[in-house]
Amino acid sequence: MTLVAPVPVQVVDRRSARAFVDTHVVPYADEYDRIGRVPEDLLRHAAAAGLWAPFLSPESGGAGMDLVTLGEVHEEVGRGCSSLRSLLTVHTMVAWSVQRWGTPEQLDRWASELSGGETLGAFCLSEPGAGSDTSAIATTAVEGGGGWVINGVKKWTTGGQRADLFLVFARTAASIGAFLVPRSTPGVRVTPIDDMLGTRASMLAEVSFDDVVLGPDALLGPSSGFTAGMVLTGTLDLGRYSVAAGSVGIIQACLDASVAYAAHRRVGGRPLSELPLIQAKLSDMVTDARAARLLLAEAGRLKDAGDAGTIMATWIAKYFASTAAVRHAAEAVQIHGANGCSPDYPVARFYRDAKVMEIIEGSNEIQRITIAGQAEREMTR
Amino acid sequence: MSHLTAQEQILDFVRGRYPQAEIDATQDIFALGFVNSLFAMELVMYVEKTFDVTIPNEELRIDNFRTATAMAELVARLSPTVAAA
Ligand SMILES: Cc1cc2nc3c(=O)[nH]c(=O)nc-3n(C[C@H](O)[C@H](O)[C@H](O)COP(=O)(O)OP(=O)(O)OC[C@H]3O[C@@H](n4cnc5c(N)ncnc54)[C@H](O)[C@@H]3O)c2cc1C
Repeated sequence: MTLVAPVPVQVVDRRSARAFVDTHVVPYADEYDRIGRVPEDLLRHAAAAGLWAPFLSPESGGAGMDLVTLGEVHEEVGRGCSSLRSLLTVHTMVAWSVQRWGTPEQLDRWASELSGGETLGAFCLSEPGAGSDTSAIATTAVEGGGGWVINGVKKWTTGGQRADLFLVFARTAASIGAFLVPRSTPGVRVTPIDDMLGTRASMLAEVSFDDVVLGPDALLGPSSGFTAGMVLTGTLDLGRYSVAAGSVGIIQACLDASVAYAAHRRVGGRPLSELPLIQAKLSDMVTDARAARLLLAEAGRLKDAGDAGTIMATWIAKYFASTAAVRHAAEAVQIHGANGCSPDYPVARFYRDAKVMEIIEGSNEIQRITIAGQAEREMTR
Repeated sequence: MSHLTAQEQILDFVRGRYPQAEIDATQDIFALGFVNSLFAMELVMYVEKTFDVTIPNEELRIDNFRTATAMAELVARLSPTVAAA
């Protein structure tokens, strides 16, 4: 069984990302979904293509890619395989946080390995008892002996089965701190979580920390109450941006598959594509794909400009794109009929993957609460 | 750009986000209880972008952000041109 093709191209923009995804991802994504993992070959190809953290500065081994382009690249990856895009998302969150908050020593230690994909990052916030309500996390980081001791259990860690470096959010005496924890640290235990509904190849894990002793350099960013929260907010913002991009990719993938299928499948002597009810579904996919892409680009533009408005713009883009992805994945299955329910077509995978997008990086409900809160503030201005 | 202008701009930004609250330049916005991590992030991004400064980790202390006056003083420390104007 060949799961990947050789010789990757360098990914520098949407066009090269598309070429990479069409060659190395699209033909194999259903197989990854079935076996429940993204194979090492593809992880290496992604590294060779410069895909892991191209937004890092050239001094850190990156390409200084702007965030609008990064969004386009993650969209293309999401079009091919939401599991790979999920791995990219959490790695991006870790690499970005190290660049944004890291001391020169932390940057020196991690940036080039994260950029080259020699070290893969994962994001550990959720716990068995804490998801949307991040204030409920129970993992603790206790300062002592010149360093930190971490205890607790993290759940649903995307890439956790494979990652080398965990960005762990833990309760400190003052607030919530972010800690860089190498997987190899004594006391770190990884238990795979398999058979999820969607993003089945994203190698989820439960990661437990049992008296994990770390040096002072494990703390990323400031530890005081006010700014420690910002590390989390900034990290989640970038993750949300990547998930929004991946959701746009899912809509596009649904559209591509549905147009191709509707052109060939005949009912009553005519192709499906001539039926007005099918045309209505396709036109809605086209429209929402474009609208979601524009919302994403706007969020990216504001990020590149350092504009605070990007945080809300990203919420809105993710809300719109993830809900549209679920709608259109359901319609893509519908257009494919029984074939859509079978493993012979990718749309069943899109359908399962899309649902996950409504839950991760801020669920639909949390998005609505946040967006409505902003609307209220604007109205009362 | 004057020192006062920096302060006023910051105050405008804070008031814009929380129009229901009556805030003046010396009021502790954290004591008012509405600063969440999202607003904190927006505030730091706003200050960095508007005054073209990078706030180093060690300056990201709550005391530097409690009031519009404190933020304007932080800007002045980080940006000699703002301070001199
Ligand atoms: C495939 C997958 C990958 C994931 N990867 C990661 C990862 O890499 N790292 C990580 O830390 N976490 C990860 N997660 C966890 C994810 O972030 C959480 O599932 C998410 O934050 C929701 O939390 P929860 O599942 O505990 O649901 P809960 O918080 O228990 O919420 C349950 C339901 O109640 C709703 N709800 C919650 N609060 C409110 C409210 N105030 N008002 C109205 N409705 C509300 C929610 O929207 C949801 O519908 C992953 C999850 C999945 C499914």
